[in-house]
Amino acid sequence: MLVLEVESSVEWMFVCYTEDVPENGGACVKVGEEQIAIFNFSRRGAWYATQNLCPHKQQMVLARGMIGSTGDTCEPKVACPFHKKTFSLLSGECLSGDEYQIKTYPVKVVEDRVYLGLEKGQ
Amino acid sequence: MMNVNLDPLFQKPTVVVIGNGMVGYKFCEKLLAKTAAFKLVVFGEEPRPAYDRVHLSEYFNGKTADDLSMASLDWYREKGITLHLGETIQEINRETKTIHSLNGITQSYDYLVLATGSSAFVPDVPGVEKNGVFVYRTIEDLEMIEAYARTARKGAVLGGGLLGLEAAKALIDLGLEETHVVEFATRLMPRQIDSAGSNMLFNKLQALGLKVHLNKNTRTISGEDKIKGLEFTDGSSLDVDMLVISAGIRPRDELAKLAGLETGTRGGVVVNEKMQTSDKSIFAIGECALYNGMIYGLVAPGYEMAEVVATQLCAAGEREFRGYDMSTKLKLIGVDVASFGDPFVSEPDSRAIVFEDSHKGVYKRINISNCGKYLLGGVLIGDANAYNILLQTVNNKIVLPPNPEDLILGARGGEAQAGAGVMSLPDEALICSCESVTKGMICSAVTEDGVTTVDGMKKCCKAGTGCGGCIPLVKDLINETLKANGTYIKNVVCEHFDHSRQELFDLLKINDIHTYDEALDQFGKGDGCELCKPTIASILASLWNDVIVKQQPIQDSNDRFLANIQKGGTYSVVPRIPGGEITPDKLMVIGSVAKKYGLYTKITGGQRIDMFGAHLSDLPAIWEELIAAGFESGHAYGKALRTVKSCVGSTWCRFGLHDSVSFAIEVEERYRGIRAPHKIKGGVSGCIRECAEAQSKDFGIIATEKGWNLYVGGNGGSKPQHAQLLAADIDKETCIKYLDRYLMFYIKTADALTRTATWLNKMEGGMSYLKNVIINDSLGINDELEREMQSLINNYKCEWKEVVDSPELRKRFVHFVNAPQEKDPNAKFEPMREQVKAREW
Repeated sequence: MLVLEVESSVEWMFVCYTEDVPENGGACVKVGEEQIAIFNFSRRGAWYATQNLCPHKQQMVLARGMIGSTGDTCEPKVACPFHKKTFSLLSGECLSGDEYQIKTYPVKVVEDRVYLGLEKGQ
Repeated sequence: MMNVNLDPLFQKPTVVVIGNGMVGYKFCEKLLAKTAAFKLVVFGEEPRPAYDRVHLSEYFNGKTADDLSMASLDWYREKGITLHLGETIQEINRETKTIHSLNGITQSYDYLVLATGSSAFVPDVPGVEKNGVFVYRTIEDLEMIEAYARTARKGAVLGGGLLGLEAAKALIDLGLEETHVVEFATRLMPRQIDSAGSNMLFNKLQALGLKVHLNKNTRTISGEDKIKGLEFTDGSSLDVDMLVISAGIRPRDELAKLAGLETGTRGGVVVNEKMQTSDKSIFAIGECALYNGMIYGLVAPGYEMAEVVATQLCAAGEREFRGYDMSTKLKLIGVDVASFGDPFVSEPDSRAIVFEDSHKGVYKRINISNCGKYLLGGVLIGDANAYNILLQTVNNKIVLPPNPEDLILGARGGEAQAGAGVMSLPDEALICSCESVTKGMICSAVTEDGVTTVDGMKKCCKAGTGCGGCIPLVKDLINETLKANGTYIKNVVCEHFDHSRQELFDLLKINDIHTYDEALDQFGKGDGCELCKPTIASILASLWNDVIVKQQPIQDSNDRFLANIQKGGTYSVVPRIPGGEITPDKLMVIGSVAKKYGLYTKITGGQRIDMFGAHLSDLPAIWEELIAAGFESGHAYGKALRTVKSCVGSTWCRFGLHDSVSFAIEVEERYRGIRAPHKIKGGVSGCIRECAEAQSKDFGIIATEKGWNLYVGGNGGSKPQHAQLLAADIDKETCIKYLDRYLMFYIKTADALTRTATWLNKMEGGMSYLKNVIINDSLGINDELEREMQSLINNYKCEWKEVVDSPELRKRFVHFVNAPQEKDPNAKFEPMREQVKAREW
């Protein structure tokens, strides 16, 4: 149900090929004037996407950060390469104690193509 | 008991403090900590509030007046203290209980505390009024000395006591070409150390370039308006441009004298054990107080006096001053000097054990009781590491071990454990004498309040906040108490691995693990994180020295793209320039590459050239050009060998003993690319002048007449630390062999992100243990260490060449994977001095 709901509210855009994003790492794609970080969490067989901008010092670098997980629930996260602020890849919430919030995007992979779910009209 | 009315409607009794030095300040702090029943009014003669005079000479090492300040003006305001600065008191009227300042302030008191301190004693030598003659007492004195020293070449200090040598250090720090010390007595520091110790100190200071003149009675200071030199009664003379007089202190008792209080014939306000003067409502504390015929010229007894008065005023029980231990330890011009207990007692009242090493300039003497059971006192020159524990042994009358010589020689043969002795101290042993903190208080802070660090202890009970001399002891006590309580803080990497770095190193090695995922599957849990990924990446690199970009996403920020990420998300590029030697042709290549890619260039501290502002997607092309010109990666981005800095050495320098540049290049090329728990820096100097600053590096090599001295464990950075001598006068091959073992031992055993200095500081047994491992092969691992190092060296490849040659790897160096030609539009620059800088974030 949830999946259907999400799918209905977004438009899927092909942004890159799976091989463009290193395993257990990230890469940045350009969508219009926006920069979006895509993460290939191959260890969990999952893909995530967030804004590329780290809100701490306004740097376009999250795609170059290390990913991992934290806590009993194994919350997936990314750490900014500048000062290691970490953000949940699910909720976009800052996990290292600051009041930051980053945008997250749905991702789907069909064969070797990576699609980003963007809100309609974007 | 004194009557203090606590009725709020009743006006609070007034305590007036004359003098805002360290002791005067401490009195305010102590009194307010006990009671709010008094109104406090403080008069200070100097223009600024109380500052740390003990560490005054650090003013010339970059400490500012603010750093030295004991408390800010806000503190006085918050505490409700009325503070008058720049106010000299000229009269005390005991009849009306009022005081009058030079500027016309009249203030009445209920209790008066004299904390007027002391002034520099200036002997009656003709010419002391000339320009260029100073005393060494206040920040203002230091400012004047500093200003005058800019035009001076030769300076002298009159007085070879403790303060005189401190002043001499200051002149050296100010960069005078020649610094002389002139002492009236036949030896240095006659009040603190014995004559054999004086001799050792004399030799050591002479060797360090200080010119010491003993047995010199100054007849006159020559020169017209300004000083030209000193003339002595023996007919000799000394040309100097400036003179600092440090011939002792004179208690400031003139106010007390004027008010008819009893003073000593040689100065000082006479006080009883309650610090009361001959007028019961007037107290004297610190260096102006004369107790039992003695002036206590140290800060700790001054603080104790402040405590005595504060305790009495608030009627919080009996506390009396009973004299004070004048033991002291300091570093004079880099030489440790300590004296404790009774340094002078000798036969037939005691027996002495003396250790003398004139080669290293170490002298140690301990005086033990005739029965052989107790330590009475002693002197340490050149190496005062044992000071704290020896002082405790004296003060607590601890029964000596069967071989008391071990106390100064170290246990020979057995397993010596640093810090193990502290737990044998009784609970009432005074550890921090500045703040009167006992061993019992420290241990209970650990056990009851959960304090685990020195900083925590400073906050909790103030131990170590005064002179700082007890900090090593405090640290040992914290650790030993934690151990005794069974607290074993396991040093794990992160939530994903229940192992320390050293354990992981061994596990990955034994199990032949080559990738992060294998490591996580076998020894960890979860999906990893930004702590364990780079740690394991570093271990894997240190184990197999494989090209790190093959496992790019586990590398730390800089290693991931083999460049240093800078503000704005661009990178800086540093090619290796071994030993700092570079040809004009290569310099031109760097110039043209930087120009082509619009890079900002700067010479680094490690004798190479850094190019800033490279876009991620330009990195492979930049390196392609650099590699074509014969450059290779400088690993400035890695926790790896950075540079081996060198001076020019014997090929050009007229002082050079050996070819330091060639040796530096050889060593840098040997260890290039080797990854470690943290960065590694080295240095090679061609002579003792040490222009390569090798002693501030993880390893430093200095040429001697007979070969090379190898130093290890040095550090610049936020906590500078000198490297320690591992081996002296060794040949090149031995030096490299020891380096192989030392570096590999560090790589295998240090915690993540721990520099060699911290690693060595934490090592049980410290330098002597390391020497035993590296030189005597006490662990029997040296063959293995050498083999492992050789295999790392054999596996070296320039990782940038690997990237440049591989289209697959090059592909990763783009900002947008779906628009590889485009650069990040957010990376912006601003012009600055004909170059660019990153836009401020």
